[in-house]
Amino acid sequence: MVSTFFTNYEEVASCILFVIGMMNLLLQPNLIKKIIGLDIMDCSVYLFLAAKGYIEGRHAPIYVDGVTDAVNYINPVPSGLVLTGIVVSVSVSALMMALTINLYREYSTLNLDEIMMKLRQEETEKLGRLTYGAVEDEE
Amino acid sequence: MSKRNPDYENSFWQKFAMWCSGDYDPAKGKFEMKKPGQKSKGPNIIGKLMHILAQEESIYASERDKNLRTFNRFYIIVSVALGFLLTILLLVTVSQLPRFGDANAPENNEVARRYIEKGLEETGAVNIVAGMILDYRAFDTFGESCVLFVASCCVLMLLKEKKPEPEKRYDPVNSAILQPAARILVPIIIIFGIYVILNGHISPGGGFSGGAIIGTGFILYQTAFGFEKTGKFLSEKFIKVITVLALSFYCFAKSYSFYTGANHLHSVITPGTPGAILSAGLIVYLNICVGIVVACTMYSFYAAFRRGSF
Repeated sequence: MVSTFFTNYEEVASCILFVIGMMNLLLQPNLIKKIIGLDIMDCSVYLFLAAKGYIEGRHAPIYVDGVTDAVNYINPVPSGLVLTGIVVSVSVSALMMALTINLYREYSTLNLDEIMMKLRQEETEKLGRLTYGAVEDEE
Repeated sequence: MSKRNPDYENSFWQKFAMWCSGDYDPAKGKFEMKKPGQKSKGPNIIGKLMHILAQEESIYASERDKNLRTFNRFYIIVSVALGFLLTILLLVTVSQLPRFGDANAPENNEVARRYIEKGLEETGAVNIVAGMILDYRAFDTFGESCVLFVASCCVLMLLKEKKPEPEKRYDPVNSAILQPAARILVPIIIIFGIYVILNGHISPGGGFSGGAIIGTGFILYQTAFGFEKTGKFLSEKFIKVITVLALSFYCFAKSYSFYTGANHLHSVITPGTPGAILSAGLIVYLNICVGIVVACTMYSFYAAFRRGSF
């Protein structure tokens, strides 16, 4: 069972990368580092797909001398899937970066905990204003 | 010879436009607005409750901080435990997978075989992946291009600044190294990108990679020469128009192709001999469209993050 790890080291590496990315996402308070963690997770999935598509001793999926026999080429489907994934991940990263920049402009920090604290503070202030306003009304 | 409606001021569309911009309210004068009463009648239960809550807030603040610290420690421990659990789970799964590069693995099934064996005959593309993503699954690639376009629009909306900042101090203006390097490199980069796009169906490459290469060329040019010079040929309006044109050409060409029984427009564009530049039916043109969209998106991402506008 463990011997599979030495033949499938691409898959093992992609799993470890996936967990590293997820730990970044969970444990880093910095928003930019969270985005980097998500990108690491993306890359690990692409590595896994690309590794699954490979077949030993075969060529890349581009016809050589018009030979259309399936035993000559590797699996083209994972390559197409990786292409799709890369495009979507680029778009998602750019969108997250833009949202992060807007958050930074609003709260002038990238630390998620500090942003939450400032949000809580604003909420408390609003609550206090509401309370005192209501008490004055009653009087 | 104005085509304008003489009664334009009172026309429906004028009112609609004013309503959109917030100058006109169709409900004005039709409803009576009542000011809410200054004093609420009856006991103000919610207000009292809030008051009590606010008092308790200060009493329990120190205790809450303690709880927060406990929660943080708990969170870290649970996260690390989850990470170990996930690693073990994934590694157990990997140990059950077939050997790396195994030809008899279950994912090398009839789908891949069909694409390889019939791809050249049906699409005319030498690059099987290009034939797959731009012919069999062309609408999927269309969706991807739309995702890129929508993402660039969203980023521009989020980072839009009304008055673009002047060039910043750290911007490399008139750099003695960057400008001559850009003069030599930009044409080479863009020509290489065009080569990769046009050869997408007969060699590795295609619209996405070629478009990204052209986008880097634009970005290098912008970095060296500033927004004024780049804006002469890459204004925001030009980028929008050319992207939308490329996307609509893609949509209509492929819709027509599917509508006519997916016969790849044989009456207009022949598949040609495999290996030539103008072969493989629509794939070259679709690659060009995708390349335009990707190049424009890359440049607009850069412009949006750099300055908030073009």
